[in-house]
Amino acid sequence: MMIEGRTGKWEIVIGLEVHAQVISKSKLFSGAATDFGAAPNTQVSFVDAAFPGMLPVINKVCVEQAIKTGLGLGAEINTVSVFDRKNYFYPDLPAGYQISQYTRPIVGKGKLLIDLPDGASREIGITRLHLEQDAGKSMHDQNPSKTYVDLNRSGVALMEIVSEPDMRSPEEAGAYLRKLRSILRYLETCDGNMDEGSMRCDANVSVRKPGEKFGTRCEIKNVNSVRYVMQAIEIEARRQVELIENGGKVDQETRLFDPNKGETRPMRSKEHAHDYRYFPDPDLLPLVLDPKRVEAIKAALPELPDAKRERFVRDYKLSPYDAGVLVAEREQAEYFETVAKGRKDPKLAANWVIVELFGVLNKQNLDITKSPVSARNLAGLLDLMEDNTISGRIAKDVFQIMVETGKDAAAIVQEKGLRQVTDTGAIDAAIDKVIADNAAKVGEYRGGKPTLFGWFVGQVMKATQGKANPAMVNERLKAKLGG
Amino acid sequence: MSLDKATVARIATLARIKVADADLDRMAGELQNIMSWIEQLNELDTSGIEPMTSAVETLLPQREDQVTDGGYAEKIVANAAEPVRGVDGGFFTVPKVVE
Repeated sequence: MMIEGRTGKWEIVIGLEVHAQVISKSKLFSGAATDFGAAPNTQVSFVDAAFPGMLPVINKVCVEQAIKTGLGLGAEINTVSVFDRKNYFYPDLPAGYQISQYTRPIVGKGKLLIDLPDGASREIGITRLHLEQDAGKSMHDQNPSKTYVDLNRSGVALMEIVSEPDMRSPEEAGAYLRKLRSILRYLETCDGNMDEGSMRCDANVSVRKPGEKFGTRCEIKNVNSVRYVMQAIEIEARRQVELIENGGKVDQETRLFDPNKGETRPMRSKEHAHDYRYFPDPDLLPLVLDPKRVEAIKAALPELPDAKRERFVRDYKLSPYDAGVLVAEREQAEYFETVAKGRKDPKLAANWVIVELFGVLNKQNLDITKSPVSARNLAGLLDLMEDNTISGRIAKDVFQIMVETGKDAAAIVQEKGLRQVTDTGAIDAAIDKVIADNAAKVGEYRGGKPTLFGWFVGQVMKATQGKANPAMVNERLKAKLGG
Repeated sequence: MSLDKATVARIATLARIKVADADLDRMAGELQNIMSWIEQLNELDTSGIEPMTSAVETLLPQREDQVTDGGYAEKIVANAAEPVRGVDGGFFTVPKVVE
């Protein structure tokens, strides 16, 4: 996407920093719990509250989660990494510094493939991933003159995942975030929940004339949904173009996005904060990893979305688009595979999952794990279609009943007498009656109005309560009407 | 390296230490002295030597991922200047921070 300015086209250059909360029971450097939504300051140890003399001890699982994520992003794992103190003052940071990794992160360069709407993929570089502590939470709406501070989140492990400035449009940034979220969820290293803040995004945005060198960037802090990230990028890029074209100059600064006003504005508190005076944390030795431990984690990696998509296209003959929709969430892909396994027509299974099932889930705002129709039951329904017990049309009715009752398809077909009529005698009788009752239409049809054929099919289906086998109706009706 | 008044004022701001203008010259001198002691270390050639991170050869200890701590909000906010205590748990409060 280009921005059309007064002086010509401008290209947007975007790099993203994602903070992903690590899934672990306890914090990065303390034994306090990490659960979301507990009563204020009940999940805080003296380490997290920075009481004097308390020492950090690193959580083994958090380290493994970072390695796993790095491997999932095809990145180098650094067998020696170092924790540094990043110094700044803010009420939700009791120590006055955040333990982070600066010059020697645990994970180096990697890459991520984004899926574009036209079906193409593009590679976005990952600069690094490092481990750091989350800060506490400030609440500004509890009291007119006070900010309340809850340290429950203080010390929870975060992975900061930094991309190269490789994205060129808000859409690419959106695709990057969706793909990253999907990979993190497959790996079970972060739940990717942007509403609860377990995945947060800062966007670095600059503009340039195509082919020129990068412009000065602004950093938009803490945007909490994919949609807002995309909006914020576009609004910020337009602001910069207008500023430059009016003779101004972009200052490198930190800005906040205000979705209500549709603008970004400078963040006052960060004006002097750029000098973080990093230095190695004297409380922590370098983190040295045994290459065997890295290898063991690598060997246990699950199949990731890109590989799964490729396999679905190859083994189930799905379109890349449908395969992409199914693999976006691991649970969806598993559901599909349960339905499609061993089936002659896996594409039919994909259609049922994507169109019928996702339609219901969207309407009821349900996650696939809460689906009223289990994968086994949907497979049962497709079995009944494949062996001609019911027609596709009846299947849709049965599916509706399955959604409402959670019963399995065979029981519903049995109970409601929906078994398809494949008895030629019965079908012929129905056809004969329709022809006899509608002599005028038969005349029109034979007189040169072949489009009426569909109407006759409809009448026969109606006469059999939709239970006649449609292929047989077509065949026998054509024969009878033709002569 | 020489420290001027402006640098000392900046360091003080970053560290949130209030230093009166009248004291800046004196502090610049004192810090300058400290810096020159440290700078003597630069006379040693340390190229190619890994930084020493510990006096004993030991690895960073790593703990199991178990919840072993927390659950004492009253102790956490015990020394807070103006805590707000609830039925369970409590908040620190600070003058309003507005963005």
